[in-house]
Amino acid sequence: MTPLQGCLLVSALLFAIGLAGAVTRRNAILALVGIELMLNAANLNFIAFWRYGPNPEALSGMMVVIFSIAIAAAEAAVGLALIIAIYRHYRTVNLDEMRNLKG
Amino acid sequence: MTWIAQNLWLIPVLPLVAAGVIAVSKQRQRKLAATLAIGSMVLAFLLSLCAFSTTLLHHGDHGVFREIAGFNWFQFGGQWLHIDWVLDPLTAIMLVMVSFVSLLIFIFSAGYMAHDENFTRFFCFLSLFAAAMLGVVIANNLLLFFICWELVGLTSYLLIGFWYHKPSAVAAAKKAFITTRIGDLGLLLGMVWLYAETGTLNFYTTNGLGCLEQSALAAMATHLTAAGMAVSTAIGLLIFLGAMGKSGQLPLHVWLPDAMEGPTPVSALIHAATMVAAGVFLVARVYPLMSVTMVSWHDVGYSNHTGALQVVTWIGAITAIFAASIAVAQTDIKRILAYSTVSQLGYMMMGLGVGGVAVGMFHLITHAFFKALLFLGSGSVIHGCHEEQDVRKMGGLRKFMPVTFAAYAIGMLALAGFPLFFSGFWSKDEILRAARGWPVSHVPFYLGCAGALLTAFYMMRQVALVFFGQYRGSACEEARISSAEMERKSEHPHAGSYEENDEPRESPAVMTVPLVILAGFAILLGFIGTPAWPWFDGFLNGEPAGFNFNKLTEGGTLGLMLTSAVIVFTGVGLGWWLYGKRQRKTVEEPDVLQVAQPAVFRLLENKYFVDEIYEATVIRFNAGAARACDFLDRWIWGGMVLLVTWVTLGLARFYRFTDEFVVNLGFDTGCEALREGGDELSSWHSGRVQTYLRVIGVALVVLILFLIWGRKT
Repeated sequence: MTPLQGCLLVSALLFAIGLAGAVTRRNAILALVGIELMLNAANLNFIAFWRYGPNPEALSGMMVVIFSIAIAAAEAAVGLALIIAIYRHYRTVNLDEMRNLKG
Repeated sequence: MTWIAQNLWLIPVLPLVAAGVIAVSKQRQRKLAATLAIGSMVLAFLLSLCAFSTTLLHHGDHGVFREIAGFNWFQFGGQWLHIDWVLDPLTAIMLVMVSFVSLLIFIFSAGYMAHDENFTRFFCFLSLFAAAMLGVVIANNLLLFFICWELVGLTSYLLIGFWYHKPSAVAAAKKAFITTRIGDLGLLLGMVWLYAETGTLNFYTTNGLGCLEQSALAAMATHLTAAGMAVSTAIGLLIFLGAMGKSGQLPLHVWLPDAMEGPTPVSALIHAATMVAAGVFLVARVYPLMSVTMVSWHDVGYSNHTGALQVVTWIGAITAIFAASIAVAQTDIKRILAYSTVSQLGYMMMGLGVGGVAVGMFHLITHAFFKALLFLGSGSVIHGCHEEQDVRKMGGLRKFMPVTFAAYAIGMLALAGFPLFFSGFWSKDEILRAARGWPVSHVPFYLGCAGALLTAFYMMRQVALVFFGQYRGSACEEARISSAEMERKSEHPHAGSYEENDEPRESPAVMTVPLVILAGFAILLGFIGTPAWPWFDGFLNGEPAGFNFNKLTEGGTLGLMLTSAVIVFTGVGLGWWLYGKRQRKTVEEPDVLQVAQPAVFRLLENKYFVDEIYEATVIRFNAGAARACDFLDRWIWGGMVLLVTWVTLGLARFYRFTDEFVVNLGFDTGCEALREGGDELSSWHSGRVQTYLRVIGVALVVLILFLIWGRKT
């Protein structure tokens, strides 16, 4: 098993865990945590493909990951703010009870 | 431009304003109504006098004195319509006559109508009438003339039907309105044609382009229309048709006797003195149009035997004798006078035809005074005899009503043309003299003479029956008093206010004073137009009139005067011999003529059956046409409309059916399916984010599996 395959395996595992968390958790904050996990799996993929790719000197993977982490931070802030707003409105963070987007 | 010519419009506007104010005042305000009406007439009369004296002052300056003023009314296309008035001798003399006679009759009415509950309405109509009539007189424009002319007709209608609770009055009002309307149609057509020919409706203009002035007349006289008739003649005849309707000339005279259903002052003012004379005045006004004739291709002249004037003369002459003969056999005091009016109007028309404006107008003026006098006198008689109009039920009134009798006798002598001292003699003599000199035919002259004989005869008959002998009213009054009292009261609303005293009595001063004044004029007016001093003729024609006694004996004038005197004496004598000397004793006794000539008397009594002939021809035809129209309207046109309705309704039903059961059904089904589909789809859209995410995850897995499986093959 090459180091690349090992990394990809870890990242796939991480993504699957994140997806399972985001899909199954009733609590909105935990679902957000799951999403963050999936994002980090993607970041790990970037790093792995850069490190074991044909041109590891260019630092391009590192840059994309730093961007991605910054965006994830901003996204987490927005997500938490939304959850707080929803909580203020519905007095709950249970995702099953938030069905107003239904057509 | 004199002040009065500029402000001539004030004369008709004053009574108009009075009429307007009275119209909005309350029914109780009798004093206000009478004061306003009479006051406005006094002012109008003073202004008329002013106008008259102005024309007198300018008389004989150069030609006919004529001043025109007015304003533009409205514009259509490039043409302006004007409201114009003219001051010339014809206008001036008519103004004075109309306003003076109106004034006297207004005063008389204040007494005559004193007990009528609609006193204010009466004065409103009277004032409106006076305004319209004065408007007719001053108009310098055929359009303004026509407007006022129709207003005059309207007020005539309103006043004939004043006692509208009497069905006969309503019928008479309708008859008058419709009959005159037939004539007015001719007038309107003539007016339109005149406008088409000359492009103007102004009689006279300051620059000589009016339709009665040289250039327009020349164009019309040289322009021939159907049957070789000059356009001027054709237009003249159409206009004369209007005059015939208003002045009660032969085929259209039927309304005038029936118009006596109105109150007596109305008969005096409108249906004797002024309105019916408007037709004569119209002919006099458009006389240049009537008399113009082509001399050569470039020149026109005036003659008294153009086609139009021949028609005027013949109609006038026939009407004169025709109506006079009917008057012989009538028994209603007002109807006798009405037929006499028709006959005298015929004389005026004949005078216009044979002798020109001055001859006809002179008789118009004198007739206005003595006929107003006679009508007011008859009103006084009727008033005194408790609303009795049948001469057979009068008699001996000379003793009861001396003032009325004296005035009436003067009026009667003037109408009969009693020699020398009465105006009717001079004016009728003028007409006969002109008729004798007429180059076309002498028949109108003989007809006129016969008419004069009949006039003297029937007037004597009337006076003998009314004023001489014994009073025959009381006996029959007593017989009727119980049975017909209620009916009579309802017929004459103001009859009930008398205490039931059978004796006739003299009328109050408010009624007799106008009689006396009119009687004075009935005598005096004759002297302004004697052959020795033809002032009236000169006044209208703008020539100075000399005083010349020799003219009395010249050219057969004296002979004619003698002839006419003999005719009058014969008529009066015959009347006295038949009716005065041997008075009828009872009401039912047949007339002397009826005993002598029953067939002729029956014919005359029934007015030559003209009404019956009209009933059998024109009216039956009209009724038939109306029925045909009704049938067409009800069944043919109505049926078509009904058919269209049915077709539309059927189509509508069909559309509704297809709409409900074909279109709607399909649409509903489609909608239902769509909604169900939507429902189905919307259940997928549950709003649960995690469900969506789950779907995405499954889809991702499937995608990956698909990619892996694709790589392998």
